[in-house]
Formats: sequence, C-alpha cells, structure tokens
Amino acid sequence: MALLQIAEPGQSAAPHQHKLAAGIDLGTTNSLVATVRSGEAKTLVNRQGRDMVPSVVRYTPDGVIVGDAALAAAIDDAQNTIVSVKRLMGKGYSETTALKQQVPYQLVDQQGLVAIDTAQGVKNPVEVSAEILATLANTASETLGGELNGVVITVPAYFDDAQRQATKDAAKLAGLNVLRLLNEPTAAALAYGLDSGQEGVIAVYDLGGGTFDISILRLRRGVFEVLATGGDSALGGDDFDHAIVSHLQQQTGQAKLSHQQMRQYLTTARQLKEQLTERDSVDFALPLNDCVYNGSLSRAELEQLISPLVKQTIRACRQVLRDAGLTAEEIVKVVMVGGSTRVPLVRQQVAAFFATEPLTSIDPDKVVAIGAAIQANVLVGNKAEGDTLLLDVIPLSLGLETMGGLVEKIIPRNTVIPVARAQEFTTFKDGQTAMALHVVQGERELVDDCRSLARFELRGIPPMPAGGAHIRVTFQVDADGLLSVTAQEKSTGVQANIQVKPSYGLTDEQVASMLKGSMQYARQDMQQRLLREQQVEAERVLEAVSQALKADAALLSSAELDNIQQALTALRQVRQGDDTAAIKAAIEHTNQLTDDFAARRMDQSIRHALKGHNVDEV
Amino acid sequence: MNYFQLFNLPAQFDLDLTELGSRYLKLQKQFHPDQHSSGSERDKLLAVQQTANINDAYHSLKQPLLRAEHLLALRGLKISNEQRSFTDPMFLMQQMELREQLAEIALSDDPDSMIDSIERQLQQQKKQLLKQLASALDAQTAEQDQLAADLIRKLKFFFKLQQELELIEQQLQD
Repeated sequence: MALLQIAEPGQSAAPHQHKLAAGIDLGTTNSLVATVRSGEAKTLVNRQGRDMVPSVVRYTPDGVIVGDAALAAAIDDAQNTIVSVKRLMGKGYSETTALKQQVPYQLVDQQGLVAIDTAQGVKNPVEVSAEILATLANTASETLGGELNGVVITVPAYFDDAQRQATKDAAKLAGLNVLRLLNEPTAAALAYGLDSGQEGVIAVYDLGGGTFDISILRLRRGVFEVLATGGDSALGGDDFDHAIVSHLQQQTGQAKLSHQQMRQYLTTARQLKEQLTERDSVDFALPLNDCVYNGSLSRAELEQLISPLVKQTIRACRQVLRDAGLTAEEIVKVVMVGGSTRVPLVRQQVAAFFATEPLTSIDPDKVVAIGAAIQANVLVGNKAEGDTLLLDVIPLSLGLETMGGLVEKIIPRNTVIPVARAQEFTTFKDGQTAMALHVVQGERELVDDCRSLARFELRGIPPMPAGGAHIRVTFQVDADGLLSVTAQEKSTGVQANIQVKPSYGLTDEQVASMLKGSMQYARQDMQQRLLREQQVEAERVLEAVSQALKADAALLSSAELDNIQQALTALRQVRQGDDTAAIKAAIEHTNQLTDDFAARRMDQSIRHALKGHNVDEV
Repeated sequence: MNYFQLFNLPAQFDLDLTELGSRYLKLQKQFHPDQHSSGSERDKLLAVQQTANINDAYHSLKQPLLRAEHLLALRGLKISNEQRSFTDPMFLMQQMELREQLAEIALSDDPDSMIDSIERQLQQQKKQLLKQLASALDAQTAEQDQLAADLIRKLKFFFKLQQELELIEQQLQD
C-alpha cells in the first residue's frame, strides 16, 4: 500500500509520481493481467493464486461469476456460461451461423448484432468482455494498492475496425482508461526485444485459442517497426479441438451431441491435445448411452487431423512475407505466442518454413501480457519518453463502395498508422445536399466479399449545380487502428454533417446507455464521474500549457501571452468547482486560444528534431 | 504541404533514402501519439494528425513515382487522380504485347522462364524511363516538366504490369 510518497532529496514527488498501469491480454480461452514493478514486467495472480484466468463468464439469477469458478460450471450450466466470447466481438448476428453449432449457449439477434440469452437476460459480447476486464483490473488494483491510471489491452493484429471498437467499448464499460489497443504480436515482440536486445527482422507466430496472427517486425535501436501483418481472425487452437471432437464423434458413433456432451467431448479433446505434446498415444474414456466408450488417440492421428489447419497458417506466413517484400531466409528469429504453439506439429512446421528453431524462452501464454505491461508503463508516463518507438500498421485495407458494388481502396493494408487519406467526391444532381458513403474493410474487389464497417451520410452540402460541390472526405486511422471520418465542402468550407451507422458495432448512444445501466455504474454517481473526467482533463490542459509556456513563451506576442494566462486563471478557478459544463467550456476556450501556439511549437520542434541535418550535407 | 520541407531535404528527385529514413524516425520519436498519451485531448489529436502527415510524407517520398508526382505538384502540375487517355500508339502497342505475354504464362510449358523474361523486360524499361524522368525533373523547365508528367504516366503502366506479374507468380506458387 502506498501510504507515503517517498521522494528523492530535492525532488518533488508529484510530477514523477509513479502511476499505476497494467497490460491486459484479453484472450479467447484465457486472460491475463501484468504490470511493471521495480523495472520488471510480471503477470499478477488473483486471490486464488492464479495468473491465467479462464475467459469464461457465468450468469446466474443471483449474479455474475468470472474465471475458474465459471469454467467449473461450464458443463452443468452450459447455457448460461459464456466461453470464447472473443469470437463474437464486433460480429453481426448473421455472421455467426457457423458458430451456432459450436457454442452451447443461445445466440440471439440484438438489432443486427449477435448477443447471448442468459439467466440474466440478453447480454452482448461487449458486456461479457467488460466483466472479464473488470475482474482482471480488480486483481491489479488489489495487488498494486490503488486504482489503475490506465491500461493497455491487446487485440489480435488481424482484428478489424468493428472488433477493435467492441474491445474499446468493453473497456469503457468496465470503467477503464485505455491508453492503447496494442496488437498481440507487437506486444510479444516488445517482451522479447527488450529482453534480449535482439536486432534484425523477426517473425511473430501467434496461434491463440480463436485467432491466428503472423507479423513481421524490424527491430533496431529501440524502434519496433511492423513491416507486415496477416493471419486469420477465425482460426485458432479451438479449431484443433473441434477437429478432434469430430474424430471422437466418428469413433463413438454419436452424430449429434447435447450441449452437455459437447462440453465433455471438448474437455476430452483438449486433454488429448495437451497430453499428446509429451506422449505418442493417449487413452480416453467417454460416456456412451449407459456405458463407457474406451478409445485411444495417437500423435500421428492427431497430426493428420490438424495438419490442414497448420498448413493454413503456413500459407498465411508465405503471404505476409510477400507483403513485407522479404524471403524466409531474411528472418533472424521466430517468436512463438499462444498456447497452441506447444503442439509439436506446429513448432515443426514453423521451424521448417522459416528454417530456424522458434524462440520459446518466455512462456507463450504470458508473453503478450508482459509486452502489454511494458508498453502500459511507458504510455502512462513512468518511463522516459523516446526510449522505444512502436510503428504499427493497419492489418486490412479500408475502402469505399463505388458504382456496381466494387471497392475502391483508400488505405491499403500494411500502411503505417496513424494515417489520414483524403478523397474527393462531387455531386451528380443539381442542388444535391446529401450523399451516402459505405466504408468496407478487406482485400477483395467486391463489396459483398468485404466486411461492411459503416455507412455515412453527408448532409448539409450547400446546393449547387451538379458537379459543383467538391466534398473532401478524410479517413483517419489512429494509433489504435480505429477509423474516424470527417467531410468538408471545399469551395464554401462548409463542414458536412456525418451520421455514422456502424454496421456491426454499437453507436455512442448505445454505449452510453449501457454504461448507465451497468452494474458498475449503478453504484457510482454518473454525474460525479463525468465531473471527475473533466477535472482530470482540465489538469492535463493546465499542465500541458504551463509546460509549453515555460519552454516557448518567446513564440507569443505579449497580447497573446496575456490572453492565454487569463484563460488559464479562469480554468484554474472553475476546475475547483463542480460545474461540469463550465469546466468543459473553459477547456475549450483555452484550447482555442492555444491552437496557433501549439502549431508554432510543432513547427519549431520539427526544426529542432532535424537540427544538425543540413540541406547541404545531402 | 511540402514533404521535402517537412524533412528539411532539398526538393529534388535524387534522394538519399537512408537519410530520409533516419529523419523519419527522428520525427516519429518526437510526434508519435505514444509519446503524448498522458497529454490533453487536443494534444493527443494533434499528435495523431501530425504523425499521419509524417507517415504520408515519408510514404510519398520513399517511392520514386509518388516522389516525382509530388515534385511536379509543388511546381503546379497536378497529375494524381487525372482521367486522361493515352495517345502514343507505339507505347500502347508495346503495352498490348506485354499484356499478351502475361496472358500466355498460364498456358506455357515453362512458365518460370517466361516470367523471368518478362520481368527482365519490365525492369529494363522501368530503369530507362526512371533515368529519363530524373533528368527531365532536374531541368526544371515547364517543357521538361510536361515530359516528366508523360514519363510518370508511362511508368505507371509498367508498375501495374509488374504487380500483375507478381500476382501471376503467386498464383503459380500456391
């Protein structure tokens, strides 16, 4: 417990106060939380002494249970026990037909999105994931003795915009401040790279429970540059299990399984898979009618069952190398992530393809959480800036629907993020004041083969003759890989309104109403929380502007300086009070007054950064 | 926006890519949103926008065709997004022949050597055109700029063919 802030002599504790941050690996099968303490990143254990928490949530009429206790009920109360919820994140109901056969709980349609019918009513995947996140954050808070300032949550690199947004919504619902969504393979590389000081081009092969990612990164002098990323967001260790289950069904002659039987078969399949990493053959027993079926599975049989799946991952490896413009020989190291990489056939095939023995020195189940903790520690401000730099990419191309259901790519896959690209559109009718755009994500040429992300309606275009209005639409992808869109009519400068309708996501209003309705917030006063948020933001603005003035007041005229200082004084005053709207207004006023200042400082720091680089020397 | 200015590099076609890369990383270290994650909302947004600019500038300067286009745009000659048809019959003829060769690869007994031979032709043509482009851009006259624009349009055809060739090669491998 941090009762006392101990400061070095002559140094105040406040500005360098150690902030609490955690990295969360929100996995399909298991989730973990890790943090950096005394310079070392470690996973944290819960009250039961476990660091791996099954990503399982059970809804009973009395309450919600997360983790091991929920998993224990998975067979008896299959309908209310949600496993592998990650597979449902950001999915439409119609997209989950294949999953319906595999999951023992009831999937329902919630305004086009998939949700689950439980003993506590209909729950969507965002709400289920929020329960897992809240449990992990709680473990971290208890261990660290305080509320977390921020978290980094990892997502598969191959997650599309809807899946990322759903993850961020879940964190919001759990009351967490997300510093960054970090790609799982990038997190793993961070854990290994900083550990070993490795330089050169590495591959991260990440086979989790429900997703497969392959990323190629260049590591040099603290810069982690993702060159290309690929994979399959619907292929994972779970598919190995289902392949084994089908085989067991053939053996026992049970074509149709009840929910309960399905769980038994899955448990047996998982055990067989795990035991066959060490042994050549394993016996099993399954209940059949009123007796027991005794059988055995050999490693060779297992390999035959999963071989097509492993081949699929190798094909993705080949593709990603092509995208990076590299050959397998140029890869110096291969990092293995995810429990499924323990399967000998996987290691063997990966080693053969990259012609190098894969790295497994950090536990493949923990490496992602550890990397996330390292990055969380940097982002929360506990480490000197500029030590490391992560340059990540967008995994899937973003495009717009054009005539005839074709896709025009706006931002191709593997473009470094953040990125902004503008596209111009014109009206085709006299006096046209609105326009509809459809944004999709994927590599195929037809809209129907890509994932629909959102439909936008531009309204308020000034009426002009056909072709007269030029609307510039800017697509921006931030460092979390999330898309935002703005539009402007060029000749008049009129900002067109954008109505966003995410195809497979929640609108801001839906998230807000879920927040209000959620258990976490019933206890807290919502107003109080909003006030606190604005106060924190006010502190950030005051801190940032004061620092800027200290360094660069010379860039301002004395009149400008006076105005800014007045605004700061006003902001300081309202920040003490409890008028949320007044604080917000004072922040906006300060921001407005300092916009130019910020731009001037930006230009100056570009010149500074490149100082010593003279045009003539090139 | 002048991308050369952003990197404090001379606005010319001939560019030291290693130097460009190291300046890019310096700017990234300064402006990347990760360096500003505890800043105010406005500062975070500025960091995203600025980094997006830096990324875009780097992307454009790194590739010879985009760099040439940017250079011409700075001189007032915009050719990106233009809709224009080609009228050089000799050039179009050559393109058609190359396209026919691409179509024949799948039917050939020895597709690999055919791919190699087309690859060589494309590389040779590209190299030649890029050389002409460099000297046209260096001249800095309106007339030579027009020539450069034409060369860029031609080069685009070759880059497109190159992509298609790679696609065919991939399909054969798979």
